[in-house]
Amino acid sequence: MAKQVQQLDRVIIRFAGDSGDGMQLTGDRFTQESAAFGNDLATFPNFPAEIRAPQGTLPGVSSFQVHFADHDILTAGDAPDVLVAMNPAALKANLADMKPGTAIIVDSHDFSNRNLIKAGYEGNPLEEEGAGSLAETYNLSVLDLTGMTVEAVKEFGLSRKDAARAKNMFALGLLSWMYGRPTETTIDFLTARFAKAPDIRDANITAFKSGWNFGETTEAFVVQYEIKPAKMNPGTYRNISGNLALAYGLVASGVQSGLPIFLGTYPITPATDILHELSKHKRFGITTFQAEDEIAGIGAALGASFAGSLGITTTSGPGIALKSETIGLAVMTELPLLIIDVQRGGPSTGLPTKTEQADLLQAMFGRNGESPVPIIAPQSPGDCFDAALEATRIAVTYRTPVMLLSDGYLANGSEPWSIPDVDSLVKIDPNFATETNKTVTAKDGTTSEEYWPYIRDEETLARPWAVPGTPGLEHRIGGLEKGDGHGNISYDPANHDFMVRIRQAKVDRIADSLPPLVVDDPSGNAKVLVLGWGSTYGPIGAAARRVRKAGLDVAQVHLRHLNPFPKDLGEILKRYDAVMIPEMNLGQLSLLIRAKFLVDVVGYNQVNGMPLKAAELAEAITDLISTTTGDVQASDAGSSSKETVK
Amino acid sequence: MTTQELPFPGLAGVPTNDEPQNRKEYTADQEVRWCPGCGDYAILAAVQGFLPDLGLRRENIVFVSGIGCSSRFPYYLDTYGMHSIHGRAPAIATGIATAREDINVWVVTGDGDALSIGGNHLIHAMRRNVNMTILLFNNRIYGLTKGQYSPTSEPGKITKSTPVGSVDHPFNPVSLALGAEASFVARTIDSDRKHLTAVLSAAAAHRGTSLVEIYQNCPIFNDGAFDAIKESDTKADAIIPLEHGQPIHFGAQDENGIGSKGIARDEVGGGVKVVDVVGGDVSGLLVHDAHNPDPTIAFALSRLTDAGVLHQAPIGIFRSVERSTYDDGARQQVATATAGQSTAADQTAALASLINGKDTWTVL
Repeated sequence: MAKQVQQLDRVIIRFAGDSGDGMQLTGDRFTQESAAFGNDLATFPNFPAEIRAPQGTLPGVSSFQVHFADHDILTAGDAPDVLVAMNPAALKANLADMKPGTAIIVDSHDFSNRNLIKAGYEGNPLEEEGAGSLAETYNLSVLDLTGMTVEAVKEFGLSRKDAARAKNMFALGLLSWMYGRPTETTIDFLTARFAKAPDIRDANITAFKSGWNFGETTEAFVVQYEIKPAKMNPGTYRNISGNLALAYGLVASGVQSGLPIFLGTYPITPATDILHELSKHKRFGITTFQAEDEIAGIGAALGASFAGSLGITTTSGPGIALKSETIGLAVMTELPLLIIDVQRGGPSTGLPTKTEQADLLQAMFGRNGESPVPIIAPQSPGDCFDAALEATRIAVTYRTPVMLLSDGYLANGSEPWSIPDVDSLVKIDPNFATETNKTVTAKDGTTSEEYWPYIRDEETLARPWAVPGTPGLEHRIGGLEKGDGHGNISYDPANHDFMVRIRQAKVDRIADSLPPLVVDDPSGNAKVLVLGWGSTYGPIGAAARRVRKAGLDVAQVHLRHLNPFPKDLGEILKRYDAVMIPEMNLGQLSLLIRAKFLVDVVGYNQVNGMPLKAAELAEAITDLISTTTGDVQASDAGSSSKETVK
Repeated sequence: MTTQELPFPGLAGVPTNDEPQNRKEYTADQEVRWCPGCGDYAILAAVQGFLPDLGLRRENIVFVSGIGCSSRFPYYLDTYGMHSIHGRAPAIATGIATAREDINVWVVTGDGDALSIGGNHLIHAMRRNVNMTILLFNNRIYGLTKGQYSPTSEPGKITKSTPVGSVDHPFNPVSLALGAEASFVARTIDSDRKHLTAVLSAAAAHRGTSLVEIYQNCPIFNDGAFDAIKESDTKADAIIPLEHGQPIHFGAQDENGIGSKGIARDEVGGGVKVVDVVGGDVSGLLVHDAHNPDPTIAFALSRLTDAGVLHQAPIGIFRSVERSTYDDGARQQVATATAGQSTAADQTAALASLINGKDTWTVL
């Protein structure tokens, strides 16, 4: 039967099922197909902290959202157009995000009384009729995906349980048909993945093809959709997650600086994938050390830095708390060190698999004494690559620990990434000390040539980095206060005051090396500036587009450097009548901006473990524009659901 | 004694210096600031005197310490050094030792630093067998914080923080090290320069982690803690000397140098016991075997240490066995992976290949 083909400019699909149903893999494959097709895309995996939460329950639901379009997009989307729910719990857990009229495809196979009760349903929602029922409210397709899968793969003689496990590939095949996705990458992937288990391989490929064929032949679906490839800037692209881009950025940091990389770390969600990735790349001279705890991880990294490596440690918020004392030692000894914090919901163990931006003040102030640490944050998954290189540039040039704040949304989310030309990447010169740097005159007038570890470079205020094995430069460093220049222990009050100030001045001096901020204010008439940092870049950009589409003016600035702030930030803030700072915390950047620039910023704060939603943020921006300009008509969206702090 | 004469190539990979060196070259220009009479002076003198004999290039030696009186040690040696934070020296040293085969790494620590706040790093360094020599100065007290009981203080100890006596049970550092899979474990005494130097030489020559417990007197807060093993009228009965390949005996010696007491296997209890030596007959005594792959007897010997006020303690090398080291293994993996492709051009090409991956598309 002939199917209609309908053109769409963008679609948001959410695959949801039990954590054992392979939803992350399904979403990832759909993403790769869409990337290969040439759509722009963004993804949002959402899964429980438990590896296998009780089957069929709400806490066990795992989902993967993919947003793909024929134009450039900034987020994984607020609400899905299509929900694929593999069991009652997946339906129940995700229904609240579905707007009336959107499509829901349900695998009816697991809608038994027992499973319905487990998910908290009193009756079978698929069988309800009339006003308010699923069938009335949504474009509902009830299919026995599992049954069709088992039937399709019966020739391979698998157990019923193993046969049913291929149902995710059946669903992927169906959705791939529906949106005209290319199938080769998935067939190649399955062929490679199950190369050692031919019956499983064949069953999965057959289930995938059967899902496609079912879509093409069934009368249940009459429309196939087409989303044309996006017009993107020329270049070679790949799909990449934030953790992978960060790991590649660290590999590149080693190559571009010529320094061997030493990663000292301890497994912690959501940062562990960086360890997994770097441990594969020993051919770049990378050593990965899985330590006995977070403290030993950073301790060994700092030891390696002392010995002339680029020391790196990766962790999440609770790990930063444990590493604080060693970060302080790195501040005092003025050695290069990268501290990667992939932020998650806190405090304490918090929400290990959910995202948050609430470690900014910990990064800024979470140590004893005056202990300044430069902080930088990537703004998208692909940008993690550049952020890693920038962190290395600062650490090596200024001889300082640097904090890089990623988060769970960036780490696990993915986007098309324009692969950079390696020859265009920044070169970083370790500039090791090899010679004595001080002529000392004794009382009897004789002179000697010495190495003083705390004589500073005039431009950067960085101290020299002499590594063991360099003859004549033997010296001792440590956590006790250093005498200016010679670096020996000093309890002199004036010296301590001087050293505290010069360590701060050194970090402030980094601002001299930063490019001017990019102010996105297309009309030049905006009265309201939205200032963000980190992973809120996408939602803020998407919200700004909505606001502009409605005919209003808004400016956007996004910070990569949180400490020190770029030099032009203060002047830019003062150009606008109002400044809004959206954050996934209770106002941490707001606090810093208010303290530093005395600007009365408006916070937009959400801490629910999820990325900001562009539509809600757009409403809040619209409200602020209307109050700022006094134009009541500008605000037709009512009050925002999120708290704004003024 | 030079490293070449010892059984294990602990210093392989560290560049040597053919020129004769002396203690002055190893002495930093900083004023030593321990209390008068502190046992640390004797240990520093022994180390400054012994390091030149290793024949290494001075710039390839690194001393790392934690926090405590003993941890000021690196400031007084003209080598590379880091005075780090409380308990973390073994972790920092692990990074140095793993990153650089050509560095001879030493850790200086105390009973509080190593066994209390840093216990985790200590046991894991020994388990991994990272190339480093750990000098554990055990004065059985917290000195730098002015006199609180430590994890090696005897039960019932009266200190500022335990005015009616400590109810803590102490660690036996040698037992702990043996339980943590250490490949080299020894004990020596600050005041016995000859024994101290011999043990340090053997420890430096050992490939892997060497743990040397040094009984060290604190004249201010715990004076006399080791009197029984130092006083001339008691030490023969208190010190049980361990010498590889020799029967273990101690106490008043006869004309042939055989002590009045010895150590024998305790067939009933499964450990070892003190027996009387009759007529100089050592035939029934335990012959010490530091190279025994099974640490059972070394552990039994460590239990002869009096946990209370020290009246009896074995001294010497309890265990010295060959076992693969973490840092050699880690470096080997990297060396294998980088073999023949380590030029800058190679690395740049490999980086381009890595970040491109397999699934790409091109927009013109």
